[in-house]
Amino acid sequence: MKRLLLLSLFLLPFATFAAGPDVKGIKRDWGFSGPFGKYDKSSLQRGLQVYTEVCSSCHSLKYIAYRNLSDLGYNKNEIKAFASSFTVVDGPDDDGEMFERPGRPADYFVAPYANDNAARAANGGAYPPDLSLITKARGGGANYLYSLLIGYKEPPESIEVREGLHYNKYYSGNLIAMPQPLYEDGVEYADGTNATIEQMAADVTEFLAWSAEPEMEARKRTGIAAISFLLIMAVLSYIAKLQIWANVKKKQA
Amino acid sequence: MKSSIPNSQFKNPVINWIDTRLPIFTAMNEAVGTEHPTPKNLNYWWNFGSLAGVTLVIMIITGIALAMNYTAHVDHAFDSVERIMRDVNGGWLIRYIHMNGASFFFIVVYIHMARSLYYGSYKAPRELLWILGVVIYLLMMATAFLGYTLPWGQMSFWGATVITNFFSVIPFVGEPIVNWLLGGYTVDNPTLNRFYALHYLLPFVIAGVILLHIVALHRFGSNNPLGIDIKSDKDMIPFHPYYTIKDFFGLSVFLAIFCVFVFFLPNFLGHPDNYVPADPLSTPAHIVPEWYLSPFYAILRAVPDKLLGVLAMFGAIGILFILPWLDRSPVRSAHYRPMYRVFYVIFIVNMLALGYLGVQNPEGIYILLGRACTAWYFIHFLVIMPLLNIIETPKALPKSVSDPIFSSGSSSLSPAASRKSK
Repeated sequence: MKRLLLLSLFLLPFATFAAGPDVKGIKRDWGFSGPFGKYDKSSLQRGLQVYTEVCSSCHSLKYIAYRNLSDLGYNKNEIKAFASSFTVVDGPDDDGEMFERPGRPADYFVAPYANDNAARAANGGAYPPDLSLITKARGGGANYLYSLLIGYKEPPESIEVREGLHYNKYYSGNLIAMPQPLYEDGVEYADGTNATIEQMAADVTEFLAWSAEPEMEARKRTGIAAISFLLIMAVLSYIAKLQIWANVKKKQA
Repeated sequence: MKSSIPNSQFKNPVINWIDTRLPIFTAMNEAVGTEHPTPKNLNYWWNFGSLAGVTLVIMIITGIALAMNYTAHVDHAFDSVERIMRDVNGGWLIRYIHMNGASFFFIVVYIHMARSLYYGSYKAPRELLWILGVVIYLLMMATAFLGYTLPWGQMSFWGATVITNFFSVIPFVGEPIVNWLLGGYTVDNPTLNRFYALHYLLPFVIAGVILLHIVALHRFGSNNPLGIDIKSDKDMIPFHPYYTIKDFFGLSVFLAIFCVFVFFLPNFLGHPDNYVPADPLSTPAHIVPEWYLSPFYAILRAVPDKLLGVLAMFGAIGILFILPWLDRSPVRSAHYRPMYRVFYVIFIVNMLALGYLGVQNPEGIYILLGRACTAWYFIHFLVIMPLLNIIETPKALPKSVSDPIFSSGSSSLSPAASRKSK
């Protein structure tokens, strides 16, 4: 009886958030989910390519610096070369002028627009959100993002798609301002992988999951160690408890 | 001359020298040491008090570490939290411990309170002990709410807007009071600054009230699962080593469960919207409180009138202060109160239901259920509790903790014995 109560007290928070996003999305088996999950480096690199060639024309990624790309398996020279392919506005210099220079590893990802209003103006009033935290900032996380990216289908006749909106099977309300971003062979993968819509969606989702939680692998590793330690501590302290309490229990019996 | 100094009795000469002049070791010994007699029959539900204390310490330590890296400004707060998560050494660990620690603090305290309700620990002579506990609970809710504002996400901003708006229902001076609390007409930078200052202050106020809570506890000692007064020394054992080791074992298990959330489900108890930076121009589809405030949010929404809703919500917590006088039964433990035992289970289920309803959209059947559960919450305290003493016949109480009626294990008639044999 009391065990049941304790259990239900623990389960209360689970019950409250059992209600997920409005539309049921596709559930995919991600290599990074689960207690031993790890990011797939080649998928992350392909995802970076999709982000750079497709998403980055509208969406910023402001919490990621070029130096962070070492997590994806790139070496220093590769990161330097990648960073220098972007133009960073720096300054003011000694004359008080802003100037442009090639990017450095310490720079953060260059945003497509100068400010939020410029982003809105260029996108018909809809603000393309920063993607650094997107898998944490949406119910359903990576599965939702993946579903959304492959969710552009022919609208059913019952739905009227207004000017500037697009039908998406998995978007709440089904009408989204973002036009379909991914098309078959939209990018030419450097590693020769076949660029299907599903492949690109999966890769860029993996990449954005990493952007949201770059600490994930270290976190899970630490977790295994911490919990193992605590369980051993629990067993030892339980044995010690039995021993210390032995004479009390004896007297009671 | 020398012999006239009243000497402490510690073996270690240094400790003895200090304790003779400043009896801190004696005080510790009497608080959690060999000089603190404790009933020998406490079960594992009595672990949650010390767990709550440890959780507060964890929260204060991680909170101070976070404060060193946090920036309380509307333009930088969200960014500074992300900087903690990404660039500060071990920052993600500190923040996830603090974030989930808040939820686990409430889980522990809710179990601690549920234990008190079941075993009648709030009854004479421990009324003030209970009331101090309710004060701590109130302070915890305030601290948690203030802290939730600091990351300056969407739920932070809109949660703060909704909760501070409660005060606008006060007749005549409502609006000025809200403006005074916010430091302006809307939730903005002055609000964030004062919330940060208060969020840093309140945990130390909680620590102070906990001290009083412990002083009040030691006046009459712990209650016990039988709910009877301890009459003989042979029913008592010293806190150390018996309960120190038992608490240590409990702590190990608790921390292991806590770590499952910190390391593997760190955002499970949070809301995704709080990873969207606060935007005063865009209201989230559903504004929901954190789960631990959810039952009271359900009560607020159950009442169609705003003023009455706020009163019901505060009343739901306020009613806990007079609980020792609403429950007239002299029998403490629910073991010996067959009817209260049933109503207790209904009450807990009702609380869980309120918690669930608080985060659902108030539409359709949920409105009706919310009202029914709210009504039951008040009926339980205001009608059932006073009435039970009249209609209920308690079972016979054992004479002492060592009473052979239950310690032999042979008498299956005793509820304690039948429980033990399970």
